Amino acid sequence: MTAALPLVLTVFVACAVEAIEALTIVLAAGLTRQWRSTFQGMAAALVVLAVIVGVLGPTITLLPLTALRLVVGALLAIFGLQWLRKAILRAAGYKARHDEASAYLREVAAAKAAPEVAKRGVSDWYAFTLTFKGVLLEGLEVVFIVITFGGNQHNLGAAVVGAAIAVVVVTVAGIAVRAPLAKVPENALKFVVGIMLTSFGTFWGAEGAGVKWPGNDAALLVLVPVVALVSLGYAVWLRRVHRLSQAAARPPTAFSETEEVTS
Amino acid sequence: MLRALKSFGAFWYDFVIGDDWHVAAIVVAALALTALLVHVAGVNAWWLVPLAAFAALGWSLRRATSGKS
Repeated sequence: MTAALPLVLTVFVACAVEAIEALTIVLAAGLTRQWRSTFQGMAAALVVLAVIVGVLGPTITLLPLTALRLVVGALLAIFGLQWLRKAILRAAGYKARHDEASAYLREVAAAKAAPEVAKRGVSDWYAFTLTFKGVLLEGLEVVFIVITFGGNQHNLGAAVVGAAIAVVVVTVAGIAVRAPLAKVPENALKFVVGIMLTSFGTFWGAEGAGVKWPGNDAALLVLVPVVALVSLGYAVWLRRVHRLSQAAARPPTAFSETEEVTS
Repeated sequence: MLRALKSFGAFWYDFVIGDDWHVAAIVVAALALTALLVHVAGVNAWWLVPLAAFAALGWSLRRATSGKS
């Protein structure tokens, strides 16, 4: 179990971020529309996700390890770099920070405005589809992380445990506060997840392409901090560029005008 | 039917490739080049993929902040 701990922790953090986003949608639909249709939408999405895991999970572990590492490594690296890109742009001020509280308010306003229509045995079709889409989309990301990490380390069980703990913890916390988990530093978590996905993806992808890493698996202990440092470096650099460009675009103040006149 | 296929494809494109396809292209090209270096030239190019990933990220960020993507 100790050997699987890094895998469980990585999957836990990545899946917790997705679970928080899904929870925001479920709460918005349930509290403003009706819980029955919300739970029906959530249950339908979970069934679809279970089928995807059931089909893809065993198949992916049967693939030859080299091919699996190459494909999964490439996908993880691309996925991780996407996360890092967004997280760095947010940290530097170029993109609005992901705010669960405001996302929740937007969903609530949209949910209140939509009419209540019964369809296909569901009393509130809007609540059903909103929850179904939200849970399915965030759940797909969880499935992707579980299958790639679990399949690559031939330990799907440990990855499932990490994901299940994340979903349970976030759900219990959501029920306890009955509000979106706005206090969770989601942007910082996304930054960390981006670093982990990029590091593991780079490591496995290169291994799948045939390289032998210096120090074998211990290379990850160097790769993760290096990816973190480079990403932080980009964030600091872009924040400075952003501040400078904002300062240059700002109109001159009264003080500076006076200063120019008197000097 | 065509619309459903299109939106299905758009969903997976957005899910896997994301906002900047250049990043995905650079990662795939770096992995292909690494495989060539290892299997054809006999060079253990473990450094190539991380360097390509950092370059792709930097380039993509520069494009995003200069309004090119």
